[in-house]
Amino acid sequence: QVWQIRLDLHLLNHDGNIIDAAGIAGIVALCHFRRPDVSVQGEEVTVYTPEERDPVPLSIHHMPICVSFAFFHQGTYLLVDPSEREERVMDGLLVIAMNKHGEICTIQSSGGIMLVTDQVLRCSKITAVKVAEITELIQKALENDQKVRKEGGKFGFAESIPNQKITAFKMESTAVDTNKVEEQAEEIIAKAEPPSEVFSTPILHAPGTAQIGEGIENSWGDLEESEGEDTAEEEGESEATAFECQKMEAEDTSTMRETEDASAVKESEKDEPIVLSDSEEEEVVILEPQEVPKKTR
Amino acid sequence: MAAPELLSDEGYRADGRRPAEIRKVRARMGVFEQADGSAYIEQGNTKALAVVYGPHEMRGSRGKALPERALVNCQFSMATFSTGERRRRPHGDRQAGELALLLRDTFEAAILTHLFPRSQIDIYVQILQADGGTFCAGVNAATLALMDAGIPMRDYVCASTAGLAEDAALADLSVPEEAAGGPVLALALLPAGGQLAQLQLSARLHQERLPRVLGAAGAACRALHAVLDRVVRQRLREVAALLGD
Repeated sequence: QVWQIRLDLHLLNHDGNIIDAAGIAGIVALCHFRRPDVSVQGEEVTVYTPEERDPVPLSIHHMPICVSFAFFHQGTYLLVDPSEREERVMDGLLVIAMNKHGEICTIQSSGGIMLVTDQVLRCSKITAVKVAEITELIQKALENDQKVRKEGGKFGFAESIPNQKITAFKMESTAVDTNKVEEQAEEIIAKAEPPSEVFSTPILHAPGTAQIGEGIENSWGDLEESEGEDTAEEEGESEATAFECQKMEAEDTSTMRETEDASAVKESEKDEPIVLSDSEEEEVVILEPQEVPKKTR
Repeated sequence: MAAPELLSDEGYRADGRRPAEIRKVRARMGVFEQADGSAYIEQGNTKALAVVYGPHEMRGSRGKALPERALVNCQFSMATFSTGERRRRPHGDRQAGELALLLRDTFEAAILTHLFPRSQIDIYVQILQADGGTFCAGVNAATLALMDAGIPMRDYVCASTAGLAEDAALADLSVPEEAAGGPVLALALLPAGGQLAQLQLSARLHQERLPRVLGAAGAACRALHAVLDRVVRQRLREVAALLGD
């Protein structure tokens, strides 16, 4: 009778070099694992539950850590720990697994690259340095976990996820030179085209939704659903009217309050918003395909 | 780590070889008439057969053809009678699939594939008897078969295993030496430039010892290269004599 242990690796996000990451995850998981204690007396085997006796760790002889090297331009350039983009364009990959005692556990070269002996030896020296660092990190993490468990603090997966932080797709703020901003702005305005014709009467679709100006022609062609055309309208406004739009919007909100209880009015009055829907209730305005003119409003 | 009986006190291995000595190599090219290229090699008791078809038009999916170079398609098969216990599947299992991929990696770098765009070169390696270094014997046989088929290559691809017993590096391991539990390094070398087409190491080997084992494997590959070169030249003489008449 023997113990059987099973290691399942789940890859959550692939941004290159999954071999190394999976290797580290695997060996740390095995070091962290505790199995139930067993006592054997002759033929009798007693397996203790975790409540009876503390589970014991596995006997790990050494921790092999993989380090990957990506080669470019027939071995001229070497990158340690390639990212996904780098992996896509690399010539080949060399993986060296080593433990902290300096013993190479495995070497694998793949991708059809031609290596020279001293490249391999150089890589193994780099690996020794990296493995020492990583092993230290792992030891610290395992010790920390043990300490926190004893003290009764929070540990585990949930603790390691930072809360209320968006950790993906973070963009650092870039400094902007604002020394000659006014001059630059004036230059741009001087070169810019004059704003196109503007319709000064905003059209009220519903309380809180107004349309200013005419959209450009819908380039999507005939659409069955009217929702598509609705969005095309909103985005079809030219940017040069942005400045005027702001003025209109300010006007709009003030006049909106006045005409809140007005019923649908189709006549346009100068500087008066056109209310197209009954603002008493939430109404979904569905435009019938045949009602919409070819040139959108 | 290495069993003491690998190397005797006088410095002889179990089969009477010196540590750096490779096994006796017997090779023949052109063993099959039908295939474009074929070769048979015996390294000690390991017997490998390689057959090459190509370059020819893409079989199967034309869509997979590469526009700027030839596709190298490899298959590594071990006969059911090749090992001590009868093998259930000659090929199609994980180990054979992995070795086929390694074979492809090795030869894609060595063959001048850019000379044959949109075509395919097939290399089929069959191991008839496995006594250590089967992958390497397969590579050597494939090299000879490619030469027999007249496919241009950068250089010979010579492969050999190497291991470690105490402090001495052993070249060209047999099955008991591989199974002893020490490190096993498989190397495929292009002798002219000293480039490594393939490098695989299993089991633990200290970093300090790596140059020694690499050196032993490299020397074994070069010795093998001399033998293979002789075989190729002999074959050339035979063919020239046949055509000359």
